[in-house]
Amino acid sequence: MTSPYAPHTDAEAQAMLDAVGVDDIEALFNVPDSVAFDGEFGIQSRGEREARREAAKLLGRNDDLTEFLGRGHYAHYVPSVVDDLASRSEFLTSYTQYQPEVTQGFLQALFEYQSMLVELTGLDVANCSMYDEATALGEAATLAQRVRSVSGETVLVPDHLREDKRAVLENYADGPGLSVESYPMADGQADVDALAEAVDEDVVMVYAETPTVRGVIEERLADIGALADDHDALFCLGTDPVALALLERPADVGADVVVGDAASLGTGTAYGFGLGMFATREEFLRQVPGRLVGASEDGEGRRAYTLTLQTREQHIRKERATSNICTNQAWVALRAAIHAAWLGPDGLVELAEDCVTRPRDLAARLDDVVGVQAPVHGGHHFREFVARTDQPARAVADDLAGEGYAVHTVGEHLIQVSATEVTAEAEDGLVGALTEVAK
Amino acid sequence: MTTYDQASWADEDGERYEPLLSEKATETVDIEDSPLPDELTRDSLELPAPAEPEIARHYTRLSQMNYGVESGPVPLGSCTMKYNPSFTEDITALPAAAVHPDRPDSTVQGTLALCYRLQDYLGRIGGMDAVTLQPPAGAAGEFTGIRVAKAYHEHNDDERSEVVIPDSAHGTNFATAAMAGYSVVELPSGEDGRVDIEALEAAVGDETAALMLTNPNTLGLFERDIEEIADIVHDAGGLLYYDGANLNALLGRARPGDMGFDVMHYNVHKTFATPHGGGGPGAGPVGVTEELAPFLPDPHVRERDDGDGRGDYEHYRPAHSIGKVHGYYGNWPVLVKAFAYISRLGDSGLADASAKAVLNANYLAERIPYDVPFGPFHHEFVASAGEQDAADVAKGMLDHGVHPPTTKWPETVPEALMTEPTEGESKRSLDQLAAAFEAVHGEDDGTLASAPRRTAAGRIDQVSAARNPRLSWQALDSDD
Repeated sequence: MTSPYAPHTDAEAQAMLDAVGVDDIEALFNVPDSVAFDGEFGIQSRGEREARREAAKLLGRNDDLTEFLGRGHYAHYVPSVVDDLASRSEFLTSYTQYQPEVTQGFLQALFEYQSMLVELTGLDVANCSMYDEATALGEAATLAQRVRSVSGETVLVPDHLREDKRAVLENYADGPGLSVESYPMADGQADVDALAEAVDEDVVMVYAETPTVRGVIEERLADIGALADDHDALFCLGTDPVALALLERPADVGADVVVGDAASLGTGTAYGFGLGMFATREEFLRQVPGRLVGASEDGEGRRAYTLTLQTREQHIRKERATSNICTNQAWVALRAAIHAAWLGPDGLVELAEDCVTRPRDLAARLDDVVGVQAPVHGGHHFREFVARTDQPARAVADDLAGEGYAVHTVGEHLIQVSATEVTAEAEDGLVGALTEVAK
Repeated sequence: MTTYDQASWADEDGERYEPLLSEKATETVDIEDSPLPDELTRDSLELPAPAEPEIARHYTRLSQMNYGVESGPVPLGSCTMKYNPSFTEDITALPAAAVHPDRPDSTVQGTLALCYRLQDYLGRIGGMDAVTLQPPAGAAGEFTGIRVAKAYHEHNDDERSEVVIPDSAHGTNFATAAMAGYSVVELPSGEDGRVDIEALEAAVGDETAALMLTNPNTLGLFERDIEEIADIVHDAGGLLYYDGANLNALLGRARPGDMGFDVMHYNVHKTFATPHGGGGPGAGPVGVTEELAPFLPDPHVRERDDGDGRGDYEHYRPAHSIGKVHGYYGNWPVLVKAFAYISRLGDSGLADASAKAVLNANYLAERIPYDVPFGPFHHEFVASAGEQDAADVAKGMLDHGVHPPTTKWPETVPEALMTEPTEGESKRSLDQLAAAFEAVHGEDDGTLASAPRRTAAGRIDQVSAARNPRLSWQALDSDD
């Protein structure tokens, strides 16, 4: 078939060929015979209806489970207005804003997104996105190495860290010759005394998370920040915008860089689709990776926005750029900004408070189930908690999946449960199912 | 009434602009009586608090001050900004597409089946033996590919320190090589705009880990000596890396794998028509030969063969995997769109898309008044604005209702206007583009210097934006 998205009529194509001065389009392909391909991929063309049905049928093979899953990737209710506005084609099908006079709309939206992160983190500068939290962490490590006044080659991360995140960090760390080492955790939080032993002059960055991957709110962030500072290492904090609405401001605990996944606003689960957050202090502005939108003026003195400080970026600086990032997650940032605006500060704080009370209450209910103790860790939780099961955790999780519920397994007898407003109606069902399978 | 007039909020003190959300309605919430102790919480939070109707109008106005592919042609060379069919959006929004990444494989067989099919499609299209979907953008694909190349060399106890890149290559190639710890050897282009074989022979050697190349190249020219280029690189022990930015020009005519490339990335958001989203999300799957497959990122999707009832597909860790390049599995919604697009077009539709893209580029190159060196072209060409400033030409074109081409790049062509119309443009819209080039070509420098005049904002002061960075509304406040 001809491409359904090429508008040429036969007569127009012929007129164009005449203008170019060839008889046949194939004459324009300058491919030597020795590497020419016969055109057969073996992929059948389909009508739009068939293509839709095929994809829907394939995806229909997924089990329909209620997901009490988190550990870094969260589902919150996304209001319809986010989809509606972000899907306007002037946003969705536009390019990166290299011609700012015709992309003021997207530039302003990204400027607003940056501003929201500045308010949430208390830091001076936020970029307008990285791919996800893991890659943002990788970029933070390379930034730390560039800005540190004395040499060193170690990045310290918590022992309880998603293996995926660590694996990405290691890939980013390898080029500049950094090594990634971990410090111990105690009861779901950083073991600050052990961390004090681990930090030395070789450390360029100390990374901590709040909430931690086990859902515990880190209580000694300022101490961790001070330890990093004492050794001229950067303090990088991993978190997310919903948590930041309630928890102490990263700037107030000495964070030099904040990374995280802001897809918790504006985007559903989407199989791990992310929105890397990256904020830092003004001092490091010229070392920031990724795009920055700045306010300026047009020729008539009207306020206008533009991509700025592009001399840090790969298309100008090439191998001396702060990062190779080009296409980022701009549209996802637009979604997060619309969602945050829809919630407003009241709604965002309420959502964050719900992330504290809901898991606390659910953990108390699960603790009453025979064969389950929850939560395993002391302290305060955010969105999720770890529970101990008398039965092997894998068997408990498999049996729960059979009943229509997905939970994590994080140890031989440890499961992890994440609860937000989107799982609220399923909590009774989960408690009931666990009562059956945990005995 | 122009869209800017519709979008402008007010006319106070002579300033007219769409106000920031924070200027419309901001509230401060004090954090007290929270379920956490005070020492763990912030004191207050100040954010915009508009009502939903205000949000709807605000973002609708912003969209009216923005130009996308559905607004008109976007002939940005190397970016392949083609029409994005609507139906792929619906598929991405299916409830079954929204699953958590930590679900066990046996419960997401549909997701894995789609990944497997897309891996297979991309492998066939690129002539590659294995494809990973994990890289979340083209540059992330480059990083993945170069990491794979590095792991391959190290596995063979063959440490190498250099990556060779033509001077006309994308900036990402250089940045990627540096990020992976390599030093860059820049390869000067030959007089015909192609790789200079003698220069290549001088550039490669025992330290060459890879040559990064796009074919057709940035000037839209097919590297006809590609087999000789491959031999030179391979004889030196290096690998040949294909930058997929220009793959739209080759669909069904040639495949990187057949040309001797060992590793490549696909810009599915270019070639396979997924919307660019104002700068992402994209996706940059990477294809490799069988030899390099054991080094691909973890996890990879494969078919299961033991039939134990846990489904037909599973994730696994390739034997010598480089690890991960994204926290989860990459930009899944973008991959769904690419799958749906490829599935819709199939062999003949993809080949036709490429044919029309090439026809459009050559037709437009014929029509424009600027000097276009070399040719014939694949899907893009680079004209030179000559005595005119290419940036001024671009601003002038904005006033004619079209998006200008990529400007001032590649640096090998003076005042470059790098133009790629894509197959989505009709003869009529190409004629409209040609007319815009024609009009601007005839304008004097003084007129162009004050362009654009018919857009939401006039020419923007880039210098003061960089000298006095104001990157948030908080910074604006402090400025007042």
